[in-house]
Amino acid sequence: MTDVLAITDHRRGDLRDVSYEIITAGRELADETGGDLHLAVISGTVDDFADKLNRDGVDTIHTVSHGEEFNHDVYTQAITQLYDELAPQYVLTPNSVNGLDYAPAVANQLDLPVVTDTIDLETDGETLIATREMYGGKVETTNELEGDAVVTIRSAEWPQAEGTGDASIEAFDADIDEDAIGSTVSGFEEVGGGDVDISEAELLVSIGRGIEEEENLDLIRDLADALGATLSSSRPIVDNGWLPKNRQVGQSGKVVTPDVYIAIGISGAVQHVAGMKGSDTIVAINTDPNAPIMDIADYAIVDDLFDVVPELIEEFQ
Amino acid sequence: MKILVTVKEVATVEDEFEIEGTEIADQYLGADLNEWDDYAIEEAVQLQEDGIADEVVTVTIGPEDCEQTIRQALAKGADRAVRVWDDSLEGVDLLDVNAKTEILSAVIEEEDPDLVLTGVQAGDDSFAATGVSVAENLGFQWGAVVNHLEHDLDDGVASVRRELEGGVEELTDLELPAVLTIQTGINEPRYASLRGIRQAQRKELDVKALADIGVDESTIESELTMTAMYEPESESDATFWEGSAEETASELGELLRDKGVAQ
Repeated sequence: MTDVLAITDHRRGDLRDVSYEIITAGRELADETGGDLHLAVISGTVDDFADKLNRDGVDTIHTVSHGEEFNHDVYTQAITQLYDELAPQYVLTPNSVNGLDYAPAVANQLDLPVVTDTIDLETDGETLIATREMYGGKVETTNELEGDAVVTIRSAEWPQAEGTGDASIEAFDADIDEDAIGSTVSGFEEVGGGDVDISEAELLVSIGRGIEEEENLDLIRDLADALGATLSSSRPIVDNGWLPKNRQVGQSGKVVTPDVYIAIGISGAVQHVAGMKGSDTIVAINTDPNAPIMDIADYAIVDDLFDVVPELIEEFQ
Repeated sequence: MKILVTVKEVATVEDEFEIEGTEIADQYLGADLNEWDDYAIEEAVQLQEDGIADEVVTVTIGPEDCEQTIRQALAKGADRAVRVWDDSLEGVDLLDVNAKTEILSAVIEEEDPDLVLTGVQAGDDSFAATGVSVAENLGFQWGAVVNHLEHDLDDGVASVRRELEGGVEELTDLELPAVLTIQTGINEPRYASLRGIRQAQRKELDVKALADIGVDESTIESELTMTAMYEPESESDATFWEGSAEETASELGELLRDKGVAQ
């Protein structure tokens, strides 16, 4: 039992980037265990997906043709059956919203430990060493476990596998018990239309938890007006109902790539960074010099936003 | 219908802190109701106010110290609380998903709710896995990362929206009983009123040891061992502008003009 089984992610007809990243993570682990890397692609146009996933380092791609879109009952059944058939040491899944909707169930059903949101993995073939974050990224921890495990990987931590592979592509005839399917996906909806498309802006003034009170947003609106910038925000501001969803930058909001992104009072949680790290120039204004946003900022002001922002407004009025 | 909400007291960390072994030194830690669980409590209380739920029960794994946090949930409208703790859980650095699953499943079986609400994740260890694991363990349906729940629950079906990446929501129907992991933003959590806080003091808070819920100590032994904790190395190569607010604002102003994005 030295093989690795990695599960790929797709949505509405497209493979998601993490599907190529998980090939890299899986190959690294399989090299350390001395085993093969098996990929699984479940539901959707599996043959087409398998062709695209056939990149360097993949030994076998198992296709499970069942339904169009993700259904966690189908995934859970298919993966547990693949595990029984292949007996891999590690089952890797993306730490995506869908990964989190089946990986813990697979682990429970197989009576395996589950470790989520890993950012680095090592194994000597017996002990897995998983690196993950705690306290919103303030610390990293290493965690060890013995034997087989289900592991979810954070997106964008491993490079995407490239090249053309020579994997064998095998249809896996999963025995899906339809009676055990207790959930039905009835559709998808794009959210956050509305008045402004923040992904088109050249200059974004983006605000986070540091604004403290809704009333204080006026200060940031004044700044956006003075600079001719577009106003955006991190998740908590939208959660509080202070700005509409179409202003949210991040993994579950919009991906933005402005010329300049001014992050004000935003600590820089990984979900936020995922949405704005492609900005050309990033400026952070934050009282905490160790906030994760500083890791990706080009310029930083370690100061109280309530002191700096009025000065900046004055300069442009 | 009966709703059970899992409530966790999480450790919060100051901006500056020190690590001792595999823990953050006590003096830099605070305690708070897990942010995601706050939304789960609110959703349950709203279901009660809408006449859908007859009873809202919270369950917490934690020592006596966290009763203040449990009282917050009671003050917001939960009817009663169960707290599970045991000497064998003292000093455990990291209670892993399987251990939490065993404990919570035992309580849920005893309580027999129609709907279980949990936060998507805990702000401290961020596993984001316990809710789904519990559901599978109990043979319940589940939905992860739910940011909308229709409150009619007609015919024993929960219609939910799951928040996918990239501003897309999935519309899903789930058969009850089910576990939903609740995402922030699904509602607006209330503050506990003074009246609520007074009432919370009189609400039932039942304390149970592992033996009371039929969980053997050995089954909760964590398979995951934390071996190191450290501050991530800063990768920052940012230019830090120094000086008064006026000076730093002026530096930023100059940059914006240089880039041609503001006049």
